[in-house]
Amino acid sequence: MEASSAIRTNSGKLLLSAKGISKTLADRHILQNIDLEIQEGQIISLIGPNGAGKTTLVRVLLGLLTADLGNIYHRPKLRIGYMPQRLMIESTLPITVRRFLRLATPSFNDRIDATLQQLEISQLAEQQLISVSGGELQRVLLARALLRNPHLLILDEPAQGVDIAGQAKLYALIGKIRNQNGCGVLMISHDLHLVMSSTDEVVCLNHHVCCHGKPDQVSTDPAFLELFGAHVSTNLAVYTHHHNHEHDITGEVKTSES
Amino acid sequence: MITITELVTTDFFLFALVAGLSLALIAGPLGSLIVWRRMSYFGDTLAHSALLGIAVGLITNSNPQMAIIISCLLVGVLLVYLDKNPKISTDTVLGILAHSTLAIGVVILALTESVRINLEAYLFGALLTINVIDLIWVIAIMLIVISTLYYFWNDFLSVTVHAELAKTEGINVERMHLFLVLLIALTIAVSMKIVGVLLITSLLIIPPAAARKFAQSPEKMAILASLIGSAAVVLGLLLAFYVDAPVGPTIVVVATIFFLVLSVFTRAQKE
Repeated sequence: MEASSAIRTNSGKLLLSAKGISKTLADRHILQNIDLEIQEGQIISLIGPNGAGKTTLVRVLLGLLTADLGNIYHRPKLRIGYMPQRLMIESTLPITVRRFLRLATPSFNDRIDATLQQLEISQLAEQQLISVSGGELQRVLLARALLRNPHLLILDEPAQGVDIAGQAKLYALIGKIRNQNGCGVLMISHDLHLVMSSTDEVVCLNHHVCCHGKPDQVSTDPAFLELFGAHVSTNLAVYTHHHNHEHDITGEVKTSES
Repeated sequence: MITITELVTTDFFLFALVAGLSLALIAGPLGSLIVWRRMSYFGDTLAHSALLGIAVGLITNSNPQMAIIISCLLVGVLLVYLDKNPKISTDTVLGILAHSTLAIGVVILALTESVRINLEAYLFGALLTINVIDLIWVIAIMLIVISTLYYFWNDFLSVTVHAELAKTEGINVERMHLFLVLLIALTIAVSMKIVGVLLITSLLIIPPAAARKFAQSPEKMAILASLIGSAAVVLGLLLAFYVDAPVGPTIVVVATIFFLVLSVFTRAQKE
């Protein structure tokens, strides 16, 4: 698994690569010697425990943070659609969802409408952004990333705050967008169950890359088992039989699965 | 007592009115950005340090308006630089700079015996003493500020909503922040005579705060704030004249009353 047999998709055109990335924040070695490559049309999921450096890595890849060591290559004129983990809107700022989306890129109303429809949030268009709920806001943020017509989508926990039924849909949608636009996708996720079924490659991060590869390989990798525990892996196996069901229960994935 | 028609045709009243309205106009969009970005303390620090600019201008015998503008711009650059340093708490730095520059300015002015200056005029404004040259400065700077705000409005807004998103979308976030601070510095530098260093921030912030509940878009909030500010300037000016009160503080009092009335009005409407 550790072998450099990084999964290549058919297109195999490099969008972004990172070599030997290290970053220390407040004397903590958050990232140690990270290598990562993202190809056109490839979906890579970044998983790992809390504080493993996932968001830091994404911020370094985006150029929001500078790495202490290592190189980052962006394909020339690479357009990235970034979906941050959170959006804190000042309560003093009145702005509708539509106006917020138009900030991303000067786009026509019909394109915004089409994107909102694709994400099933058309009803939000004229709503004030501060009145939008957490799960809906995730979709608004995804819409903003998509409106940029990105070559690469970078999503920081896209399904956070979305109900379980919505999560599966959201991941399916991300897969669909990839198929339609041929863009690459790098996403951070905690939802191991859902990620495994909708990704080409999994990178398991805990300050360094513990293991990476196809989902079924990673879920049996000793490093993965050590990080997440064997029961998670078993749950994943169980889940693959059920992942087409739509659950209308809300709550933790783990508890609803057991 | 002269009638209102006589009053509005006098030079000093017209100058005061135009200068005040120019400031009110700019205070709408600029003040809204300050409110959204929680930068009011920034404004305060810049305003207070302007007094140091006056003092330095007097000592070096240079054009007072130029001295104020340059010192405000320099302090603005310094603040942006210090703000970037993660090891320094911005809040503390602003607190130290705001009051130390004000104190140094007051001390220098007091020690410079050769010149008799009216400190109160700088602290609270002296709108009715504005002359043609002052007015030209005010209008020139206001035109620069409003056209820059207009030209970069979307970028300013984008950076305000989410700086990191804006950065990944290709906007130079640091540069926009610097621009905004410099625009605030310029505005403060020329509005010293209008409301004075101690009150200028309130005139930038109160109108947008009053406008907030009535606005559905950032632009509407900015325009409404300009209107509320203008009304406060006109009413405050007239009121100050007839009750013989200091103009700057009266304008701020009127703006505050607008804010309170509008707040109560929206609350009553909701119930």
